[in-house]
Amino acid sequence: MSTLDSKIPPGPIDKKWTDHKGHIRIVAPANKRRIDIIVVGTGLAGGAAAASLAEMGYNVKAFCFQDSARRAHSIAAQGGINAAKNYQNDGDSTYRLFYDTVKGGDYRAREANVYRLAEVSANIIDQCVAQGVPFARDYGGLLDNRSFGGVQVSRTFYARGQTGQQLLLGAYSALMRQVGKGAVEMFDRHEMLDVVIVDGKARGIIARNLITGEIERHGAHAVLLCTGGYGNVFFLSTNAMGSNVTAAWKAHKRGAYFGNPCYTQIHPTCIPVSGTHQSKLTLMSESLRNDGRIWVPKSLEDAQAIRDGKKKGSDIAEGDRDYYLERRYPAFGNLVPRDVASRAAKERCDAGFGVNKTGEAVYLDFSAAIERYGKLEANVKKIENASKEKIIELGRAVVSEKYGNLFDMYENIVGENPYDHAMKIYPAVHYTMGGLWVDYNLQTTVPGLFALGECNFSDHGANRLGASALMQGLADGYFVIPYTVGDYLADDIRTGPIDTKRPEFDAAEKEQKDRINHFLNNKGTKPVDDFHRRLGKVMWDKCGMARNEQGLKEAIQEIRQIREEFYRDVRVPGKANEFNQELEKAGRVADFLELGELMCIDALNRNESCGGHFREEFAETDGPQQGEAKRDDANYAYVAAWEWTGDAGKAQLHKEALEFNEVKLTQRSYK
Amino acid sequence: MKLNLKIWRQKGPNDKGKIVDYPVSDVSEDMSFLEMLDVLNDDLVRKGEDPIAFDHDCREGICGSCSLFINGEAHGPGKGITTCQLHMRRFKDGDTIHVEPWRSAAFPVIRDLAVSRAAFDRIQAAGGFVSVNTSGNLVDGNAVPIPKDDADKAFDAATCIGCGACVATCPNGSAMLFTAAKVSQLSLFPQGKPERKRRALAMVEQMDKEGFGNCSNTGACEIECPKNISLEHIARLNREYLAATVTKE
Repeated sequence: MSTLDSKIPPGPIDKKWTDHKGHIRIVAPANKRRIDIIVVGTGLAGGAAAASLAEMGYNVKAFCFQDSARRAHSIAAQGGINAAKNYQNDGDSTYRLFYDTVKGGDYRAREANVYRLAEVSANIIDQCVAQGVPFARDYGGLLDNRSFGGVQVSRTFYARGQTGQQLLLGAYSALMRQVGKGAVEMFDRHEMLDVVIVDGKARGIIARNLITGEIERHGAHAVLLCTGGYGNVFFLSTNAMGSNVTAAWKAHKRGAYFGNPCYTQIHPTCIPVSGTHQSKLTLMSESLRNDGRIWVPKSLEDAQAIRDGKKKGSDIAEGDRDYYLERRYPAFGNLVPRDVASRAAKERCDAGFGVNKTGEAVYLDFSAAIERYGKLEANVKKIENASKEKIIELGRAVVSEKYGNLFDMYENIVGENPYDHAMKIYPAVHYTMGGLWVDYNLQTTVPGLFALGECNFSDHGANRLGASALMQGLADGYFVIPYTVGDYLADDIRTGPIDTKRPEFDAAEKEQKDRINHFLNNKGTKPVDDFHRRLGKVMWDKCGMARNEQGLKEAIQEIRQIREEFYRDVRVPGKANEFNQELEKAGRVADFLELGELMCIDALNRNESCGGHFREEFAETDGPQQGEAKRDDANYAYVAAWEWTGDAGKAQLHKEALEFNEVKLTQRSYK
Repeated sequence: MKLNLKIWRQKGPNDKGKIVDYPVSDVSEDMSFLEMLDVLNDDLVRKGEDPIAFDHDCREGICGSCSLFINGEAHGPGKGITTCQLHMRRFKDGDTIHVEPWRSAAFPVIRDLAVSRAAFDRIQAAGGFVSVNTSGNLVDGNAVPIPKDDADKAFDAATCIGCGACVATCPNGSAMLFTAAKVSQLSLFPQGKPERKRRALAMVEQMDKEGFGNCSNTGACEIECPKNISLEHIARLNREYLAATVTKE
């Protein structure tokens, strides 16, 4: 068993990154021209990394499965990006952002990585402003901020409800600048199918050209995986339809350990499921919890009447509403972290208080905010004795300015105007904190193979705070990897171009071709989605918001069954050498079917509740924290890093002990 | 509800292509248009036929992948939405619905309803950026205040998702609204001003090279744009381009 070396630099936490940068090896400009780097994925992490590395002089090949680099799923992030700028003079600092993130992650993240993230966060904002990213500004022309869950300062920068889009287009424009210069060779509509290992080092990838179906070999001195998360293992999630685990999973099967696969983020505010045809779920940004109040009726009769369509939310008097987050968590109210808010919604709905036909929805209500903003606007506009209608009209305009696109999105999907009727929301799978295990340099256990952004496990512990995913993606891509990759590549200045005719490439290519042929020649009866939907249901029911030993054991058996049936009975039409979307899906679902089992194994191994991982057997049974997650720091303050041993059910566990020198482990209370 | 779909099928760029009829039933009004196609594709696969290829990804109107011409309208009926945000409640039982890909010489069909919009990437690469390298030592984000009105206007332009509806709907197949959105966004910001002339010239030159048509101000693009991007930005591009042309050295 190999040991996990996280390579955390010595020294005080606030000096580690600066010292590390000052001491690691770098590659001289003339030598960078002799080095090739492959970047897979062009979201915030990949786009930023590819652009930055090309600016530095490396030869970069960037890959994405979408038809353009601009469409990576980072584009859908809504709410914002955190940075410790303290522009609002509310006591924010690098330390506070670090502390909030470690606490928010329920003390399951690596301190040194999180501190570095907080440290570079301010640079990200400066970088994006310099690129022309249109952040929200106030009338003085300065950058505006708002609050997100789990914190008590306003440190979130935003661009209406489309922050991810604007940040991604910033990274994409930087990337396209390098494409125009010829410093990046862009391969869109290409999917990475495998990583190629030569003499123990990652030296290239096998990719499929999704238009022609051609299987291609690409060699490089280092491979960066920036391929996002694996939330689509649940079939229904807020991820894009194409988001998948294939690149990360193939890396795992080639020797990269998978860290904390069971840590999944269930986002509390998503549009509820409407029927069996549902293909994906849509998030309503956490920023809405700045102004929206979450509630269900206090009485079961009212809840039933609403479900039967006999009453509307607006019929329930103020005193008959249960603002359960404000009741249970007075200090943070509606802005508790996501895991806490999601479980609280589930608890109310399980107890029979749900407010839509399926019983799986709670209200997110803006009427109080509309009135409050309306009054403020009336004052600003010097309207004396404004009527209630006028106040509501003014208030709606303010809410629309802040969240207009989200309200429109909601109305389109649900067919109900959220200005008139409180939104109905329910938790949905959104993000995965787990991912490929990486050291401080973002290198996986395979030398030369790096993982950035959501693809790695490193910064969010067991629960990610809102507006931190964008921060991590850009931090890794713009400010971490450009330094740390040089330390590895310093050995490669004399290596010369990687020969893709080597037997390792032959073998990897053959394996992928065989797999494709298996799918196409399999004369099964059911489409890929059929299996994916079944896998998703098992995962959601037994490895979702709440988990228990028996359920997880059942899930493992059920997943094995579905997997076996998948290989036997899946039907994939068409040919290998053409644009074949069913074939693309088949490969992705095959990998999800293995990953799902590992997630359950990891969840079963972790006999505690922490962050997004809630084991029903491990909850506080009495006292003021009754019902809250119960961590077991004595036995589980470690990263579970799983090694592939040739069979999905037989992964080998390695542990990286987490040491907390800066932050004292306490029960995470938001009361 | 029951619907009669008439869908464009084309095996590849060189295939002639034709409209094929697909009657569908049990369509729920809560489905999105793409979910309705998912159900049809599921059926086709079970029957051993080739499913219909179409681009899609985020399914929440932001990635810009989906691109269907539905009953003669880019992204179908409804204003300010993409195809993935179009829900079946906008149709009624018994409707016949025509579904075609984007039609433009600069957007060749890949298969069925999927087209290549790589030309947009090349226009962007020609100048749709601020020439600034990644650096941890930039000026502070608040060092240069930007008037809120400029920031808001730039944001409106920046919401372009690059879907290509403007091109598909334009009688001339012009990409002016797409190009204008980027030029306009960056020319409104102090950070983008130093290279504004070079940018306007380079992006327009690339746009012409790709074979997009000329703009004759029909305004169709603005009407069909899922992000409601205004013609005002085309006017700004024209000003930028003119200024750049007359002062060119």
